Amino acid sequence: MIGRLLPHPLLVLVLAGMWMVLTRFSLGNLLLGMGIAIFAGWAMHALQPERVPMRSLRVMPRLVGTLFVDIIRSNVMVARLLLTEGRGRRTSAFLLIPVKLRSPTGLAVLAIILTATPGTAWVEYVSETGTLVLHVFHGAESAHYLHVVNNVYGPMLQEIFE
Amino acid sequence: MSGVETVPMWLSIPIALFVIVGSTLTLIGAWGFLRLSSFYDRLHAPTLATSWGTGGVALASALLASWVQDRPIVHELVICFAVTATVPVTLMLLARASLHRDRMENAAHVPPELLLTRPRPEKPSEVAPSSSEK
Repeated sequence: MIGRLLPHPLLVLVLAGMWMVLTRFSLGNLLLGMGIAIFAGWAMHALQPERVPMRSLRVMPRLVGTLFVDIIRSNVMVARLLLTEGRGRRTSAFLLIPVKLRSPTGLAVLAIILTATPGTAWVEYVSETGTLVLHVFHGAESAHYLHVVNNVYGPMLQEIFE
Repeated sequence: MSGVETVPMWLSIPIALFVIVGSTLTLIGAWGFLRLSSFYDRLHAPTLATSWGTGGVALASALLASWVQDRPIVHELVICFAVTATVPVTLMLLARASLHRDRMENAAHVPPELLLTRPRPEKPSEVAPSSSEK
C-alpha cells in the first residue's frame, strides 16, 4: 500500500525538503511541496520500474568528504598545469580500468564523481567486460587514478548500491 | 537599499575570496579551453568552471544573500548540485562522439586497444528481453 503510494520515499523527502528550502518554511509550502514531490515520485516510478536499492548509507559522509577534498586538490592541480602548459612536460593518457562495480546507479554516481573532479574525463564504459575508459589530463598520475577508482570510490559505491 | 553596505568586514573577506577563487578558476578553465590542442584535453578545462568555479561564486552568493535577507539562503547549493549532476551527460556525449569518430577513422592518437571493434554476440538472433517487459 505504502509502496504503491510512495514508490520512491527518499526522492519524495528530498524533493519536499528542496521545495521548502527554495520557498519558505510554512505549513502551506510543506503541503504543496509534499504534493509535488509525491507526484514526482509517481513520474519516476513510471520512468524506471525498478527501485534503486540503497543498501547502506553509512559510507555516504566519508564519500562526500573524500570527494570534497579530491575536487579541491584536482582543481589546484589542473589549474597549475594549465598555467604552466608551455613547459610541455604534461602528456595526457587514456586509461582502461577494470571495475567491479556493476550497479547502473553506482556507475552513474561514479561518472558524476569523475567528471566533477577536474583531470579525469569519462570516455566510455564497456558493460560486457566491465571496463571503464577514462581520459586523464596528467598521464603521470595514471596510477593514482587507478587506485582512486578501484580502492577508494569503487568499494564505497559498491557498499551503497550493491 | 540592497543592504550590501551593511555587510561587516569579517564576512566580506570570505565572500570576496570565494568570488575571486571561483571566477579565477573559471577564467583559467576558459583560457585552457582555448589553448589546448587536442579534443580530449579540451574536455578537462571546463570542469574547472563547473566544479569550484561554480562552487566559489555560488558560496559567495549564498553568504551575501543570507546576511542581507537575515535568514539562511541555500538556493545556490541547489544550483551547484544541478550543475554537478548534469555536466557528465554533456561531457560523456562529447567524449563518446569523438571516440566514435576516431574509431571510424582509425585515429593514430588513440591507443589501439580502444580502436578494436567490440566482439559480436555469439548468437545475434537471441535478443535479450528488455527490462520493461517483465
